[in-house]
Amino acid sequence: MIMQKELISDAQLVSNYIRGEESALEVLITRHKQRIYSFIYSKVFDRDISEDIFQDTFIKVIRTLKRGKYNEEGKFLPWVMRIAHNLVIDHFRKNSRMPKFDNSGDFNIFSVISDNALNAEKTIIKGQVEADVRRLIDELPEDQKEVLVMRMYKDMSFKEISERTGVSINTALGRMRYALINMRKVIEKHNIVLTN
Amino acid sequence: MAKLYSKKPKSDFKLNPKDETISFILNYSKALSVINYKSMKFESLQN
Repeated sequence: MIMQKELISDAQLVSNYIRGEESALEVLITRHKQRIYSFIYSKVFDRDISEDIFQDTFIKVIRTLKRGKYNEEGKFLPWVMRIAHNLVIDHFRKNSRMPKFDNSGDFNIFSVISDNALNAEKTIIKGQVEADVRRLIDELPEDQKEVLVMRMYKDMSFKEISERTGVSINTALGRMRYALINMRKVIEKHNIVLTN
Repeated sequence: MAKLYSKKPKSDFKLNPKDETISFILNYSKALSVINYKSMKFESLQN
């Protein structure tokens, strides 16, 4: 029975869970809890806060899965880690606004100073989002992709774009507009989550 | 000499959440149901 559980992929477990198999969630949590919890603890260094963030992470996971808003691309763990990471950031944001008093009653200056190590995590997430956006752009029709890349990645004016591509400015503008409309359609259709 | 510049892994913690936390999560999942009505979704927590 245990060996069977190890052979089932995360994607399959997620699929089973969405179809109503509650036990699939337990397998997923057991499989990944150490990785996720350790990650949270390595940022907050507090067991109680780690428990809260871990719990909140999975509440979000459960709600998204049950609402049918999850887009399966074989990336269950990175998705959960991203949720956990964002909750860690929320925790630090809340705490830096209000100084936290520890139990001894002394004011602890270190709970007001934010954690600079998070910048490395933010950079990684930013990289992932940018990679996702690039993949979406690759799906566009060639003429729309061309205009969008020139505008967003090469910072060209529409006048320059129209000269380079040999079409009128209005046509270039229209292609840009359709590029954005089409990207939004794909994002909506596949329930892709790009932002924090 | 070889170990001079070795990087320590960002987190070498191997900790687990409490059983109570896991139980809570699993019970929450069992209690949560999402109902679709037209284009709206309603969440309800049973018991």
